[in-house]
Amino acid sequence: MNGDPISTNEPGAAAAVLPATTPMTKADFTSDQIVRWCPGCGDYSILAQMQKVMPNICARHNIPRENVVFMSGIGCSSRFPYYMNTYGFHGIHGRAPTFATGLKAVRPELQVWVVTGDGDGLSIGGNHLLHALRRNVDLKILLFNNRIYGLTKGQYSPTSEIGKKTKSSPIGTVEMPINPICIALAAEATFVARTIDTDTKHLQEILERAADHKGSVFVEIFQNCNIFNDGAFESFAAKPVREEKTVILEHGKPVVFGKDRKKGIRLVGWKPEVVDLSVASDTTGLLVHDEKAESGTLAYLLAHLMEPEFPVPLGVFRAIERPTYEGLLTQQVKEAVGKPGAGNLDSLIRAGDTWTVD
Amino acid sequence: MSLKTEESSAERRSAYSDTENVIIRFAGDSGDGMQITGSMFTQNAALVGNDISTLPDFPAEIRAPAGTLPGVSGFQLNFSSRDIKTPGDAPEVLVAMNPAALKVNLCDLIPGGMIVLNSDMFGGNNLKKAGYTTDPRETGELSGFQVISVPISNLTLQAVKPTGIGQKDAARCKNMFALGLMFWVYDRPLDPTIRVIQQKFGKKPEIAEANRLALQAGYNYADTVEIVPNQIRVSKCVLPKGVYRMITGNEATAIGFIAASKLAGRPLFYGSYPITPASDILHELSRHKSFGVVTFQAEDEIAAIGSVIGASFGGALGLTGTSGPGIALKSEAIGLAVMLELPIVIINVQRGGPSTGLPTKTEQADLLQAVCGRNGECPVCVIAPSTPSDCFHMAIEAFRIAVRHMVPVIFLSDGYLANGAEPWLMPRSEDLPRIPVKFHTDKATFQPYARDPETLARMWAIPGTPGLEHRIGGLEKEDITGNVSYDPENHEKMVRIRAEKVDRIANDIPPVEVMGDPEGGDVLVIGWGSTYGAIDQAVGRVRRRGGKVSSIHLKYLNPFPSNLGEVLQRFEKILVPEMNMGQLAMLLRARYLVDAIGLNKIQGQPFKIKEIERKIEEVL
Repeated sequence: MNGDPISTNEPGAAAAVLPATTPMTKADFTSDQIVRWCPGCGDYSILAQMQKVMPNICARHNIPRENVVFMSGIGCSSRFPYYMNTYGFHGIHGRAPTFATGLKAVRPELQVWVVTGDGDGLSIGGNHLLHALRRNVDLKILLFNNRIYGLTKGQYSPTSEIGKKTKSSPIGTVEMPINPICIALAAEATFVARTIDTDTKHLQEILERAADHKGSVFVEIFQNCNIFNDGAFESFAAKPVREEKTVILEHGKPVVFGKDRKKGIRLVGWKPEVVDLSVASDTTGLLVHDEKAESGTLAYLLAHLMEPEFPVPLGVFRAIERPTYEGLLTQQVKEAVGKPGAGNLDSLIRAGDTWTVD
Repeated sequence: MSLKTEESSAERRSAYSDTENVIIRFAGDSGDGMQITGSMFTQNAALVGNDISTLPDFPAEIRAPAGTLPGVSGFQLNFSSRDIKTPGDAPEVLVAMNPAALKVNLCDLIPGGMIVLNSDMFGGNNLKKAGYTTDPRETGELSGFQVISVPISNLTLQAVKPTGIGQKDAARCKNMFALGLMFWVYDRPLDPTIRVIQQKFGKKPEIAEANRLALQAGYNYADTVEIVPNQIRVSKCVLPKGVYRMITGNEATAIGFIAASKLAGRPLFYGSYPITPASDILHELSRHKSFGVVTFQAEDEIAAIGSVIGASFGGALGLTGTSGPGIALKSEAIGLAVMLELPIVIINVQRGGPSTGLPTKTEQADLLQAVCGRNGECPVCVIAPSTPSDCFHMAIEAFRIAVRHMVPVIFLSDGYLANGAEPWLMPRSEDLPRIPVKFHTDKATFQPYARDPETLARMWAIPGTPGLEHRIGGLEKEDITGNVSYDPENHEKMVRIRAEKVDRIANDIPPVEVMGDPEGGDVLVIGWGSTYGAIDQAVGRVRRRGGKVSSIHLKYLNPFPSNLGEVLQRFEKILVPEMNMGQLAMLLRARYLVDAIGLNKIQGQPFKIKEIERKIEEVL
């Protein structure tokens, strides 16, 4: 039995094939712990949407609740697992992808979510994030980006905009921020998306799609820290300007935005430009989004659309298929275990030249 | 071997000289294949039935500039007709493939020892690179030795000519020629080694043939010119009955952990980042997927142990391995495993430190780090194998303790054990201890931090178990529930529970045994880890001369065996030889208030028997 990493005696392995008896609800995913984020934190919305979509996800994928695991590192966002009534693992700073990779390697049937932040995922844990993504481990990585260090009380983060004044940069940071989507694309993540805490419907859609994807998922969630970086996303995400200043990416459709969808993005050579469709009234030449494109080039280009010149893209940048790490790993082990004479401890001990003393 | 050769030698000589044991050192450039040569002699001696112990000694650079002193690689082996336990203090034979090898190793050779050197390399430039201004063969500095000069390079090229291989490949066979020379001197059969050559170069038949020809040519040359007046025989050693193989510490470690996995009925997950001298364990384990072993070459040391904790959370046997700086990087995660109370094993194949230190050399200087080196009150169980083959049994022991007590266990090996080899009386799998693993499944009795009253181990409840959904993490846990708690009383309680849990492992390990006089005596020598062989031999020698000295060897370093304090009281003086500045001595002093005397060697080299012997005499 230990020849097979997906052991059959594990409770979850047996339960995984049985349909859930009664449909679950949000309450089934709410733990008994008091949520301790600051009142007004964007994390509340993300938690609520997650608890709301999990019953659907489990039903759709025929996954019992005990096969769902939330894992995290350190930071405000990393308290997330305590509040989900699933298996949970609150690790050490930046290392959540490593715990999750080890868990998936031995228990591929589990659905594993990783919750991280801009400091946890892109600063102290940047290396692990890259490697989990490039290996295509089947993890759903949610990076809550509030562009600030919250739990340590207000220092700049790797995503803070240049010149930002914080406790540790009283006259402004001199560091170029990281674009998380670009990092994920460069690491060849197979699913890359962006959403925002305040657009609950879009957030739910993206979480559902994240759950449906097989392979490494990277979702950047713009999340407001109302204590240390309040209004970080207001310039484009506030209700009155959102239509004009964001663009929702939709696969196979022209990249259009604005009131009555009267604006679009067009490429001139490699250079994007905004076209006013109410004037041109002609959609030919508009950029058409292709999340399944083999190359990540288009997605990378879209990731660079930034305010104030361009609308900020939300939605799925990339969704391609590639074999998962744990799938390939398990396959190699399965094949080796299936060979005649495999797993004989005495032949392992007695390998090579031996001699007998009588 | 060719039977004809043996017969013809036998005809010429009616007598061989016999000796109890021989210590040979093969030395050459790191590209000269000295490690292979040494290993092949070792394997051959094992098959003949000698007891063997080996000490490879190589530079950290893969290929330092050819012919220079830093590029010298050596392999010492001791083969014997009696039980030996160490690779020997000083070689009596030195095979030197170039002047640099001679220069580096000559100081170790016993007076009157034999030097076999490759005369083709003793020309101007090679002498200069080794720092010789004149040929040492002509200055008289070798006059106290028996020097055998053989044009090994040229003879090798001639010998392998029939295969038609290129000059470069042909030149590389010279180590086999040298091996052939030594095989004749010690009257060894060629056949087992020819089989090894054929296996090793199976895919390149012409290279295999060239190596075979060189080996045979060396043997025949030695026979023809009679490079020594009498061939020397070392007869079989009387070892306990059974089936044997040669094994290095790293091999034994790897297969020991596979055995642990079989005995526990749980898959082994090995997460590791390549590092000298632990990488061989990763190589070995990745070859054994047929045992369900999952190996993960992580992006760094932290990811390696992180993945292992994740795998253990999932119910696998989580194992990581590293050395030197790698163990420092893993400290924080070991602390997490202590907090989570999950069973993992951390192999530390110690090497010379601090920092990058001496990557290929041995040391025992991570003991205090293993026992104490983490933030907070963070006790872990620490065990140490004592010989290469003992690594197998201690690997099983590591997981037995980890799983039964729900604790991380540090397995302290070292470079000397890792690369050293000895004959191993192989156990049968049915004689090995089972490792019972029980996952908790009952919802009614489940609390994440409820404990077994005997061991204080918490329950292992893995994802996929209905009704046991719970959260664990590195924040302080409330007793029983495992909820996050900042309560002052609770924190102290939990700190004490975690300490008590490790202390109670002492109830579950064998008491320490005194080798010598259990009732007491003048001196007790206490060792741990790879110093076992040298201590055992040194104590034996002094005892044979009537010295009232005994020894104990600690395989359990945290907690110590429960009878240790009482044993210490029976002896007048305590001597602790260690390859560090006195770390075990410090622990013994702190714990038992004994005036432990240190014998400390920090040279990247194991103890010589005589160094310990001398110190015992001094202390007595």
